[in-house]
Amino acid sequence: MSEATSTNTPKPSSSVKLVLLGEAAVGKSSLVLRFVNNDFQENKEPTIGAAFLTQKCSLPTRTIKFEIWDTAGQERFASLAPMYYRNAQAALVVYDVTKPSSLTKAKHWVAELQRQASPGIVIALVGNKLDLTNDGNEASGEPQVDGEQQPPAATADEDDAAGEPQEEQDATPGDARKVSTREASSYADEEGLLFFETSAKTGVNVVEVFTAIANAIPESSLKSGRGAGAGTGQTTLGGGRPAEDSRVNLGDRSTATAKEGCAC
Amino acid sequence: MDSENKKQPQDSLYGNDDSKDETTCSSKSSPTMAASSVRERSPSPEGPPPPLPPRPNTLSLLDEGASSSRTLRQSTQSVLQSRATTAVSLTDIASHDGGKESHPARNLPGTLRAKASLSHLASPRGSDTADSASIRSSVPQTDVGEVENVFSDFVMTESGPMQHDSTGLLQFPEFQADDVDDDFTEEFEPVGDVGDEGENEVLENWKSKRKHYLILSAAGKPIWTRHGDGGLISTYIGVIQTIISFYEDSQDRLNSFTAGDTKFVIVAKGPLYLVAISRILESETQLKLQLEALYMQILSTLTLPSLTHLFSVRPSTDLKRPLQGSETLLSTLADSFTKGSPSTLLSALECLKIRKAHRQTINNALLKTRTNSLLYGLVVAGGRLVSVVRPKKHSLHPGDLQLIFNMVFEAEAVKAGGGESWIPVCLPGFNSSGYLYMYVSFVDLREDAGNVADDTATKEESVAVILISTDKERFFELQEMRNSFIEQLEKDGSLKIMKEAIDKGRPKTTDIVPGTVLHHFLYKSRGNVQFTMSCYEPDFSSVSRRRRLMSTYNNLHASIHAKHAHVRVHHCVSQSSTSLAWVTPVFQLYCVAGPNANRNALAHSASKIVQWVQQEEERLFIIGGAVF
Repeated sequence: MSEATSTNTPKPSSSVKLVLLGEAAVGKSSLVLRFVNNDFQENKEPTIGAAFLTQKCSLPTRTIKFEIWDTAGQERFASLAPMYYRNAQAALVVYDVTKPSSLTKAKHWVAELQRQASPGIVIALVGNKLDLTNDGNEASGEPQVDGEQQPPAATADEDDAAGEPQEEQDATPGDARKVSTREASSYADEEGLLFFETSAKTGVNVVEVFTAIANAIPESSLKSGRGAGAGTGQTTLGGGRPAEDSRVNLGDRSTATAKEGCAC
Repeated sequence: MDSENKKQPQDSLYGNDDSKDETTCSSKSSPTMAASSVRERSPSPEGPPPPLPPRPNTLSLLDEGASSSRTLRQSTQSVLQSRATTAVSLTDIASHDGGKESHPARNLPGTLRAKASLSHLASPRGSDTADSASIRSSVPQTDVGEVENVFSDFVMTESGPMQHDSTGLLQFPEFQADDVDDDFTEEFEPVGDVGDEGENEVLENWKSKRKHYLILSAAGKPIWTRHGDGGLISTYIGVIQTIISFYEDSQDRLNSFTAGDTKFVIVAKGPLYLVAISRILESETQLKLQLEALYMQILSTLTLPSLTHLFSVRPSTDLKRPLQGSETLLSTLADSFTKGSPSTLLSALECLKIRKAHRQTINNALLKTRTNSLLYGLVVAGGRLVSVVRPKKHSLHPGDLQLIFNMVFEAEAVKAGGGESWIPVCLPGFNSSGYLYMYVSFVDLREDAGNVADDTATKEESVAVILISTDKERFFELQEMRNSFIEQLEKDGSLKIMKEAIDKGRPKTTDIVPGTVLHHFLYKSRGNVQFTMSCYEPDFSSVSRRRRLMSTYNNLHASIHAKHAHVRVHHCVSQSSTSLAWVTPVFQLYCVAGPNANRNALAHSASKIVQWVQQEEERLFIIGGAVF
């Protein structure tokens, strides 16, 4: 269990709904697994659909119970995302520091959240896989060379062109970093996001992200008590737009049509 | 192909028996004619099977009936891998894989027929005369006396020295073409990257695999392969696409071909070509079923309309991208076929054996806690069904359940997180055009509390609660249902009962029939579309031994299901095992004993197993299930 787990003194407790978004294979599930179980699995298989987990986080003044939606990053699940972020109070938008296209995707998610999620949502931009860079290793103090030796990653993503600002690559041999801290952090500043670089593998900064989010949730938006949390949960998935279009028509099997669930 | 040479000793050993059979048959009246279908694989004394005699009119009528019912069946199967199950709601369920079993008895002595397919299997001959005798074996409630009658020829013709030891059971490769040695586990290792190792080495690894699955679009784009990436095998994809489209162009669809010991089977599904390449002993039909299951997995990810749409908009669509993330599901499914899946072979499900009253309690708990948005509710213990709740008018399809079980138990994706999952999934057997939403959570039985299981529980031990809704917004409703359901199970002790049943495992053959020569059996109840089997231990614990066992079953299954083979009982002797298949409209029994097992003992044990299953029927199978 995480060290963030509460608690001996009865503190006011509130639920926070949090959603993880980001391109496939950036490490969303691994971040959650580190936070919830303090565990890491190499070569984790891709999440299918979404996973729901909970974890408590103890702050000096109160306990936050995170209700976490860990979503699948594949595009065909993208149309389901609104269901998960609709009433979320916090979002973790994750990219992979070794893959520029994943930052581009993260920016798209941030834009979508700002457009469509609750106005007060707390968004954290998280660059994961820090262990693959020199910052994540012992060599973090090494002099940094402006890198032309990093060939752009071969990617299958059409969005890549936009996500390739590599001018100040802090790359040394053995360093897989392709997204500079400065680039991501200045973007986060512009958009008013929390910003962290983490490693789910080594655990660096993982609990810090969640604690920072817990601290950043405005007092006013915290409903006290467990019941409220469950209540918001119900409305999130229960309310919303009518789902008829996505349903299998039980009455008439031949005319049922599929609309939702596939983004392609 | 056929290991005739290796089997020479056994064959000559049984040579006498064989000729004796002949005389017995010709001199006896029809009731004992069963012997002519109960026949070991012994082509040597007689040389090649006799040419087909001209068929009498009655017979051809009979055959037409058989083949037309077959076509009917195939047309439903082209949509579904198999018909609905647990189903219990379908009245015609017994007939659907019957087809050729339900023919009236004919007495056409002396008409021997060689089988068309699987010619390498040393022509197990089915005789029409068998029909009259084996009609009795179709009576479900046979008592021992009758059963022994069916096998009476065993008793009468048993002669010669018989060794009763079963040492060396499947120790040798059962089939030369299927020589799985003990490094069979390497079959599932990755072939490696061209970057890390030399290209030749990777290609060698790739070629050494005994089983390949390739999926490509009609336009020739690779979509998925079990081994090797697109770059490595693109040339082969090109060759295959050329071969397939050559036949397509001449309006003559290519279904399969053989090169040496390698079988190629092709299934075309709309814009997709699915190809299986196998050096394992599997029949074309069996490989076809596997390919259809893989296609179902693709539909399950995309739905049929969306697949059709993608290709109608752009025939050159690269399907890899929309399928991204589901590759592991295809791979685990494919590997389960390569390892050998009784469930796929029999198109049936396995249930956890518990008392009827206990199952009723679990069913009632499901019904009691059911919410309005629930479509199907399942409790599954390591791939074995414990309980089902479903609406009266909707049954479940084995193919759909296979996809769900594969996703939940074989692919680690769902289980690894330790949380609850909410998964959009299309169940093509139920409705291939839309998504259902599946709530999955694992129950930890090792502690008394119904906590969420941690990762250390093995596959066989883990119990999943699977709740399916048509409404994607109902996660929390189903979560609540799950919680009160588990609470209910705890209260009435059902969790403990499930744990005990899981710990107990499958029975050994010797637990059922003390001292039996049988080492393993599969029993399919046709009406319930469910099967049961004995445990793999100790003889078939290793992957390669299990593979050989499955090859033996594949062989039996193919022989008994070969077109126009109206075989009821099929006895097969080889260097390393003796096996028996026994088919009636009610059940199919396949069993395996050591080499040189006494035929009489084998038949006796088989009938004991059938008796046992019938006694335990309501514990082994879900009959009825919870319906609302």
